[in-house]
Amino acid sequence: MNNEIIIDGPNIAHGAESATDHHGDHEHHEQHFIWKYIFSQDHKMISKQFLITGIIWAIIGALMSVFFRLQLGFPDSTFPIMEKFMGEWAKGGKLTPEFYYALITMHGTILVFFVLTAGLSGTFANLLIPYQVGARDMASPFMNMLSYWFFFAASILMMVSLFVETGPAAGGWTTYPPLSALKEASLGSGLGMDLWLMGMSLFVVSSLLGGLNYIATILNMRTKGMTMTRLPLTIWALFFTAVLGVLSFPVLFSGVVLLIFDRNFGTSFYLSEIFIGGKALPHIGGSAILYQHLFWFLGHPEVYIIMLPGMGMASEVLSTNSRKPIFGYFAMIISLVGITLLAFLVWAHHMFVTGMSPFLGSIFVLLTLLIAVPSAVKVFNWLTTIWRGNIRFSPAMLFALGFVSMFISGGLTGIFLGNSALDIHLHDTYFVVAHFHIVMGVSAFFGMFAGIYHWFPKMYGRFMNNTLGYVHFFITFAGAYLIFWPMHYEGIAGMPRRYYDYSAWESFKHFQGVNAFISIVAIIVFFAQLMFVLNFFVSIFKGRRMTTLNPWGSTTLEWTTPIHPGHGNWVGEIPEVHRWPYDYRDDGHGNDFIPQTTPLRPGEEEH
Amino acid sequence: MSVFIITILIILVFTIIYQISKASEYATVLRGTEKVNAQANRAIAWLLVVMFVLGIWGIWECNALFQDRLLPIAACKTGENYDSMFNMTTLVTGIVFFATQLALFWFCFRYQSAEKRTTFFFPHNNKLEILWTTVPAIAMAILVAIGLRNWYDVTSPAPANATVVEVVGKQFNWLIRYPGKDNELGKRDFRKIDDANNVLGLDWSDPHNTDDIISQNGELHCVVNKPVKLVIGSRDVIHDVGLSHFRLKMDAVPGITTTLWFVPTITTDSMKLITKNPDFVYEISCDQMCGKGHYSMRGTVIVQTQAEYDKWMASQQTYYAGNAPGAPAPAAPATAPTGGEAKPEVKNDSVKAVTMK
Repeated sequence: MNNEIIIDGPNIAHGAESATDHHGDHEHHEQHFIWKYIFSQDHKMISKQFLITGIIWAIIGALMSVFFRLQLGFPDSTFPIMEKFMGEWAKGGKLTPEFYYALITMHGTILVFFVLTAGLSGTFANLLIPYQVGARDMASPFMNMLSYWFFFAASILMMVSLFVETGPAAGGWTTYPPLSALKEASLGSGLGMDLWLMGMSLFVVSSLLGGLNYIATILNMRTKGMTMTRLPLTIWALFFTAVLGVLSFPVLFSGVVLLIFDRNFGTSFYLSEIFIGGKALPHIGGSAILYQHLFWFLGHPEVYIIMLPGMGMASEVLSTNSRKPIFGYFAMIISLVGITLLAFLVWAHHMFVTGMSPFLGSIFVLLTLLIAVPSAVKVFNWLTTIWRGNIRFSPAMLFALGFVSMFISGGLTGIFLGNSALDIHLHDTYFVVAHFHIVMGVSAFFGMFAGIYHWFPKMYGRFMNNTLGYVHFFITFAGAYLIFWPMHYEGIAGMPRRYYDYSAWESFKHFQGVNAFISIVAIIVFFAQLMFVLNFFVSIFKGRRMTTLNPWGSTTLEWTTPIHPGHGNWVGEIPEVHRWPYDYRDDGHGNDFIPQTTPLRPGEEEH
Repeated sequence: MSVFIITILIILVFTIIYQISKASEYATVLRGTEKVNAQANRAIAWLLVVMFVLGIWGIWECNALFQDRLLPIAACKTGENYDSMFNMTTLVTGIVFFATQLALFWFCFRYQSAEKRTTFFFPHNNKLEILWTTVPAIAMAILVAIGLRNWYDVTSPAPANATVVEVVGKQFNWLIRYPGKDNELGKRDFRKIDDANNVLGLDWSDPHNTDDIISQNGELHCVVNKPVKLVIGSRDVIHDVGLSHFRLKMDAVPGITTTLWFVPTITTDSMKLITKNPDFVYEISCDQMCGKGHYSMRGTVIVQTQAEYDKWMASQQTYYAGNAPGAPAPAAPATAPTGGEAKPEVKNDSVKAVTMK
């Protein structure tokens, strides 16, 4: 596909030469505000749109967690401030159980889908794919724009659902039927649930439009010399993220559509033999477990959709800031392939206690624990990457290191949960909460923060404040462990998740003090994140200006573009690539890195 | 007003923090970027070491804090296997955790940026990569083997002499049904459910139902050292029978019957002594989100000696006697001394019940 045609449309590219000239000069490209900032087709602007929408969602989702942590930490107290935010739902400053469940449901939905899927891969796939493969834009900038706007529409529906009279969805982020299917079962299964389902459907559309575009761009639009084995690991990771999304989101879509039918059109896909609200329902023959299969067929790959971009970015940031090549480039790619394949074959480990066949369960145990192997390879390779390096602790680097630490901690607890004989006790306890928050919540966020601090200069031509970045890192890192480490013990003691109050339980009431401690740390960490948000937005306008093209001494292509690249990224020709992306060694001129665009020296062998 | 003041305070604190960090940025430029960065780098390397040491100390403290707050010893045979497997997994993952985190933080400190340091160009090494592919694979294989042995243990069919008890979840409590003297649970049908006099929808045309006992207070009685098999169901949404003290859990799904069996080895009374807690009770927690009352869906397991159990059972009234249309006086079932003889009588009763309808 011709890059020039994509930017200018078919009418402008009369011949190769004139098109190239055209890119030498972007002055006449003055676009109207609406086309430049709102309905933009420029991958860079779309990535900023995804990021800022994601940040807004993250603040909302995190604020929700503050509210329900207040309830969990201090079940006997009232917090009048909550009434200001939630009115009837927190009358007198105490959350109602219905709204507590609505909050945890929306917290999960928002963070998993709207922040760590759209906000994370939406931002960095858009930003990095064209930059790092050497393309002027995505394969289809128009589809790319649609992808954002479908996400925006999904966001609107989710937002509206927060304000309906019966409240938003309240059946947990997994929204298992029959709870989510029957209006009689819960207030949150009313209009809020319909909006949730429609919002998720639009979200799937957005994700597919984005994912197909990412795959097409990576496969077709690499610049001259950019073979697949010269792609930075970020691109490999984003590629497999997109593949996972494209193959698994449609399954969620089917699950959601069947649920819409069950809710509104009297079908019985998921419903059978139910007596609720004082009467027996006519549904017979459906299976509530079917939904769980459909949901987790997306739900598990979703975990890797969240993790892989973080892995890719951590690899890139660790290598750059250690001034050393990533160790085992091919092993890293092969482990990504392994994780991607296995991601599709382990979904039922979320369902060990649904009464599934023990034999089937044992197959899923085997496949699940297999994932530990490629994950371990990645961890050891990261460790070897920083070994004997020359480590610069930029905020991005700290978050990448934190990513590795969190990934180890959260990954190891996965070995407990993936083993059905242990899961039969730990299932749906706080052990699970601790596990997935560390491994796909905190860890993925650390990957995202590493990416934001590292590529912020590329996005806005300015740096974020370093001091604030350091403070942000240390509070978040310590806070995350202080919040989630004690939760493991609560889970080992069998404390169930999604409880509104534990005081009536002889087995769990003595964790009250621990819960209060966790809540206090969570609130502190929340404010530390606000500090990051402040740093982010102020730095866009006031940050220290970038004066050199390549501030981190990086080898990849995005740092060869101008400080404020126009639509089309490079002035003149797209540079040609001659070597792999991790040539961090003496170039013979006093630099400790060799950019991908430097031709091989005479007699030099390629990696 | 207080909200207003707090908001102002928060904004103020943020502004101050921001201004300080901004000032530090200017200072950096004034004092020379490279020098300041080198200092910051050293400081952070030390901070990371401090973090690691504090972290290990914190883990130690956390272990001490929770030592006597975790569950008491497992109250059934499979639970004991669970505990030893859990400990073994903790040991293996604990070693890996400590080793990798130590390496991570040590490398950070040891190889922090320094002017004279030259990095080691080390792009790959097949031997190392094969090593850390195979070692985790072997470790996983061992854990899978142990896991599957325990898994098949737990999920194997219940022994024939197991006492069968039905546990049915509804929003938001547990209904427990005992099969009565015939030792067989009668048929039930969700269309026959009536909250007033047939909470489980027992089919009165099935004679097995007439001696069934339903305990609506969520008390599951069982005999120590005697296998008990739970037949689990749900009336409305998905619930989950969570038995922390037995290290077991099973979903209750509407339209599907699931089962779970175990042999309780410690009576509730003995456990009170073991835990030194006179209020100790085995609790059944609902572990699958089921609506607004999810957190209060509590049941209990009462593990008793055979004598205590028999005594308790004798004091129970059949659900049929209290609720079925045309059932005889509540005292009737108690008169039949043994199961074998009682059966024909029961049959007659149920026929009567149906014809009366």
